[in-house]
Amino acid sequence: MDILVQQLINGLVLGSVYALVALGYTMVYGILELINFAHGEVTMFGAMVALAVISALLGAGVDLPGVVIALLGLLTAIPACMLLGYGIERLAYRPLRHAPRLAPLITAIGVSIVLQNIAMLIWGRQYISFPPILPQGYHTLLGARITDVQILILVASLVLMVALTLLVQRTQLGRAMRATAQSPQLAGLMGVDANRVISLTFIIGSGIAAVAGVLVSAYYGLAHYYMGFLLGLKAFSAAVLGGVGNLAGAMLGGLLLGVIESLGAGYIGDITGGFLGSNYQDVFAFFVLIIVLIVRPSGLLGKPSHDRA
Amino acid sequence: MFTPFRIAVLTALVSASLLTACGHSGTDSNVVKIGSASPLTGPQAHVGKDNENGARLAVDEINAVGLVLDGKAVKLDLIAEDDQADPKAATTVAQKLVDEGVVGVIGHLNSGATIPASKIYFDAGIPQISPSATAIAYTASGFNTAYRVMTNDAQQGTALAEYATRQLGAKQIAIIDDRTAYGQGLADEFERAAKADGATIVAREYTTDKSTDFMAILTSIKSHAPQVVFFAGMDPQAAPMLKQMKQLGVNAQFLSGDGAQTPKFIELAGVDAEGAIASNPGLALTKMPGGAAFKQKFNARFGEIQNYSPYAYDAVYVMVEAMKRAKSSNPAKYLAEMPKTDYQGVTGHIRFDKKGDLTGGAVTLYQVKAGQWQPLQTILSK
Repeated sequence: MDILVQQLINGLVLGSVYALVALGYTMVYGILELINFAHGEVTMFGAMVALAVISALLGAGVDLPGVVIALLGLLTAIPACMLLGYGIERLAYRPLRHAPRLAPLITAIGVSIVLQNIAMLIWGRQYISFPPILPQGYHTLLGARITDVQILILVASLVLMVALTLLVQRTQLGRAMRATAQSPQLAGLMGVDANRVISLTFIIGSGIAAVAGVLVSAYYGLAHYYMGFLLGLKAFSAAVLGGVGNLAGAMLGGLLLGVIESLGAGYIGDITGGFLGSNYQDVFAFFVLIIVLIVRPSGLLGKPSHDRA
Repeated sequence: MFTPFRIAVLTALVSASLLTACGHSGTDSNVVKIGSASPLTGPQAHVGKDNENGARLAVDEINAVGLVLDGKAVKLDLIAEDDQADPKAATTVAQKLVDEGVVGVIGHLNSGATIPASKIYFDAGIPQISPSATAIAYTASGFNTAYRVMTNDAQQGTALAEYATRQLGAKQIAIIDDRTAYGQGLADEFERAAKADGATIVAREYTTDKSTDFMAILTSIKSHAPQVVFFAGMDPQAAPMLKQMKQLGVNAQFLSGDGAQTPKFIELAGVDAEGAIASNPGLALTKMPGGAAFKQKFNARFGEIQNYSPYAYDAVYVMVEAMKRAKSSNPAKYLAEMPKTDYQGVTGHIRFDKKGDLTGGAVTLYQVKAGQWQPLQTILSK
């Protein structure tokens, strides 16, 4: 029982991170029908910028509580990533807005590689450790352990998801976003500045990615210029699982993928008597993804129509 | 589309690439090209660059002293290529090096990359010395061009398993490997030796060389209550794995191989690193005959030593010594001199057996104490 609870906690924490990154994919897809493969790298930049600020503060001997230092790092990373997301859209995607759909897709992959290499040049090839400035304690829940950082990840993800849902459903900007998603031309005729809405979508998604990046590196205690790749891939799969273009779908897909991976890795070996081991955890996760896509090609919550974001 | 700005950028890019091309194509008959292949991008780029730096230090030293082969002054040129720690990329890189006319290769870093590449060097008749590939399969193919200056996994895995069962008294052991040729090979050797010593393998789990989340497999391992958790893989996985073990409350001794026995491991794992044990083939740098001098030279130029750079450094010297004996940098000629290697290097006394493996190699076990790797004991392999 305590093992199951522990695996569920593991999965939910992992899934919340996937969900946060998946939101960025799904928002951009909802509006532009573009898979922004550089989104994982934006997450990585968030972690890197925050770490640079944190180590600079610690290096200067600033006498503040660890949480405040981490918060200062985060508060620098968010605008930095917003700027980066805006820049990516402005420089790489907007000139290709009316190009054939493959062009921006290839560009996205290119941007991702460029960002990785820029990060490598700035921060080096080394793994950078995240100093233990956040509370390192843990609590016992039904025989399982949940650490302070894990609780932080769950709470932060929940808050961001609720805030984003409110933004999209309840504000004027959200209405503009939904309108642009349905038809950029028509929204334009109604007085919506499509370019502004698209820019803001990238900015918001990148801001959330920054938070995800900082949370991930605090959780695992490290950051690396390559960390965005696998995270981006998993988050993209989560977005597809939930129905790409659908915000609730990205959240559900992320959480589900995390839990499936966790239970898969934890139980495959025991269930099959060692015949299949935890090396099948990704196979297991993608097997579920394939089944879902066969039954529901547009994802769990995706709608086949133009009703997105 | 072609605004003046774009044209300017394009022109700059094109001319930059032409310039680099010119730099390489300088045809000097006295230049002898040696290849270095290791991951320079990706998660293992730090150890990969370290290998290149070790080789570069040796090459520059030899050039500074001046190398004379058969009465002619020769200049060495190190050509470093990025194999991304990937078997497929490794074969491309190997072919590229062969095509560029290198007379020998220092590399690759990973066993998984070294093994497929070794076939290409063998076909081209070019000697290859890996500073760090430890998988048995590398020298088992019978290629007369394949050498390594490091103890292999059979020796290391056995030493680790014997330490776990005899010194730590472990009866129940969990094993995790990263599914690379290195991790899998070392884990298999460890498992075999541990079973032979009467230990039970309660869990055999797997991860990848790009993962950072091990919570699921560690939770599963925790339910089997092992006394030792052995991980065969590299430091970027080992450090977060150990941290997550502590988070989950897995009360087992963490044991790992040379991939984790790095300063980076301690930096990444922080306070959780304390007490971790890992082995490294060969002697401790402080115990190496030329360790202190090497460290000083390396630090002055490249900063901290990551892991295998002393071996890459020695590998270059071993290769050049063979050239000196053969009085030629022609691979066909100096390859015949390779088996006669008897070189006192920074890392120890280097001699090869018939397969190209290091003879009489040592394995040293280290434990993290007060934030430093401290040598526990050195086991000489049979």
